[in-house]
Amino acid sequence: MQKIEAVIQPSKLDAVKDALVEAGISGITIFEARGHGRQKGHTEFYRGREYAVDLLPKIKLELVVADEMVERAIQAIIGAARTGRIGDGKIFVSKVDEAIRIRNDERGEIAL
Amino acid sequence: MDLDSQLYRVEAHGSRDGALRRMIVRCVLVVLLACGAMGGACFGQSPVASSAVAASSQTDRITALEKKVAQDAAATAQAQSAGDNAWMLTSAALVLLMSGPGLALFYGGLVRKKNILGTMMQTFAMMAVITVLWALVTYSLAFGTGNAFIGGLHNVFLRGVGLTPDPAYAPTIPLQTYMVYQLMFAIITPALITGAFAERMKFSAMLVFMVLWAVIVYSPMAHMVWGVGGLLNATAVGGGGLAGRFPCLDFAGGTVVHVTSGVSALVTALYLGKRLGFPQKAFMPHSVVLSFIGACLLWFGWFGFNAGSALGAGSLATSAFVATHFGAAAGAIGWAAAEWIRSGKPSALGGISGAVAGLVAITPASGFVRPIDALWIGLIAGVFCFFMVVKVKNMFGYDDSLDAFGVHGAGGTLGAILTGFFANSVINPIFGAGKPTGFFEGNHGQVLNQLVGVGIGWGISITGTLLILVIVDTLIGLRVSEEDEREGLDLSQHGEEGYDWEAA
Repeated sequence: MQKIEAVIQPSKLDAVKDALVEAGISGITIFEARGHGRQKGHTEFYRGREYAVDLLPKIKLELVVADEMVERAIQAIIGAARTGRIGDGKIFVSKVDEAIRIRNDERGEIAL
Repeated sequence: MDLDSQLYRVEAHGSRDGALRRMIVRCVLVVLLACGAMGGACFGQSPVASSAVAASSQTDRITALEKKVAQDAAATAQAQSAGDNAWMLTSAALVLLMSGPGLALFYGGLVRKKNILGTMMQTFAMMAVITVLWALVTYSLAFGTGNAFIGGLHNVFLRGVGLTPDPAYAPTIPLQTYMVYQLMFAIITPALITGAFAERMKFSAMLVFMVLWAVIVYSPMAHMVWGVGGLLNATAVGGGGLAGRFPCLDFAGGTVVHVTSGVSALVTALYLGKRLGFPQKAFMPHSVVLSFIGACLLWFGWFGFNAGSALGAGSLATSAFVATHFGAAAGAIGWAAAEWIRSGKPSALGGISGAVAGLVAITPASGFVRPIDALWIGLIAGVFCFFMVVKVKNMFGYDDSLDAFGVHGAGGTLGAILTGFFANSVINPIFGAGKPTGFFEGNHGQVLNQLVGVGIGWGISITGTLLILVIVDTLIGLRVSEEDEREGLDLSQHGEEGYDWEAA
């Protein structure tokens, strides 16, 4: 089992969600987040005063999948979230030791 | 019954055009007599009998007719009074709407999340505190009989402020309507100042400051411009003494409301100092949406503010209504265009700020200028206030947090001066029929009178506000502690939060 964490543009959430469902992945958790990478924000003007907004709204999504599904999930996210411009986001993959379904105490991949 | 005494009674029934009505009655009587005579001739009755009958029936008919004319006159006066009163009560409510949701939302959206309730409460508190104060003393100080500078104490506790009209102020509406209408102005004026010291003033200090300000700054200024025998009152010209010595045209409060509040705002901002972290940290509006709703409510309520200042539902109210709307529209375009050129984008906040600037500037002019002149005044104000807020404020670095001075002080001063240029006797022959009103019409001295009004407004605001600030600062301290300021006014001053998104 592996955990995929992806930080994406908020406007790409729907497309990514659809792509993951199409790839056969059903469980997903999303967070509304703020952050920046190399893009370092933008500027806003209020009554002539310029403000640097360096923490931008982002969506972070987390999903835990079986090992053989990892690459499909990654491709689904990349395919849906890529615009080719700075700010498209990042994907992180890490190992997961255990998964437990709270309802019936099932363990391992069956709990995903 | 003798004809003249009958006619006198007709006049006594509240008609202001007695001479005209007397003429009409006489014409009607002449026609009636002629008809009677012709009728007698046509029916060919014997001359003696017919003339006797005609004489008695004519007297009866004349009496009946005169009675009817008197009744009609009374009914007409009553209808006008009812119409005027309906509009004035509506206007009073509209002006309160400008404070209640209007200004509170406009300012509330411009501050950070943690200060929304603190900011809205400052305006709301005026609705309560200034109202009580008005009943106790400030109405009397502003509109009671006094000298050229301030009213007296004859009307404290609203003594003598009843339901019969006072011809010195508004001959067709109950004096209490006039009193409550003026109260709404007294509420919004100090509320405007709160924009300058947003996010950093103690609620208690703010209350004391405002009570003193209403007495020391607002009351004398209102009396000088609008009060009986006031120094700047354009309708008091020729009243003897200092009454109307400098007739300053201020239809709805360019000097009384906007110059006083705007200049006092600047003084307060300078005295209090900047907010913690200004200007390095970001002080972005937390919701331009709220400000947007607030500004549109201000625009809407301003019809009561300006058109209501006609003190009746006649054509002058229409003229002021139209000028107000045109001024707002042109102001929005002026600010947004200037911003578009300078910053590359026309912002929503810029558009609504420009509309308010246009409304501020058209306020003193609204009952004196033609629609096209209103467009010019609004446009000039939009660009000018943009320049004041974006350039001048940043140049000097003072923290007029929500631009109370940049919009109301600057726009009010500009509007008061432009009124002297654009005022037109076609719209409002305030100095008498056929006499020119404004500069462009030939009354060149009017601009000087406007400058005197503006100068007195600035003077009384600077000295009065500074005095009050020193007093309140010494007594209870003006600013919240650093810790409270970081925490926000909502929690530190009121013990609650404006938003709780996490609550299920």
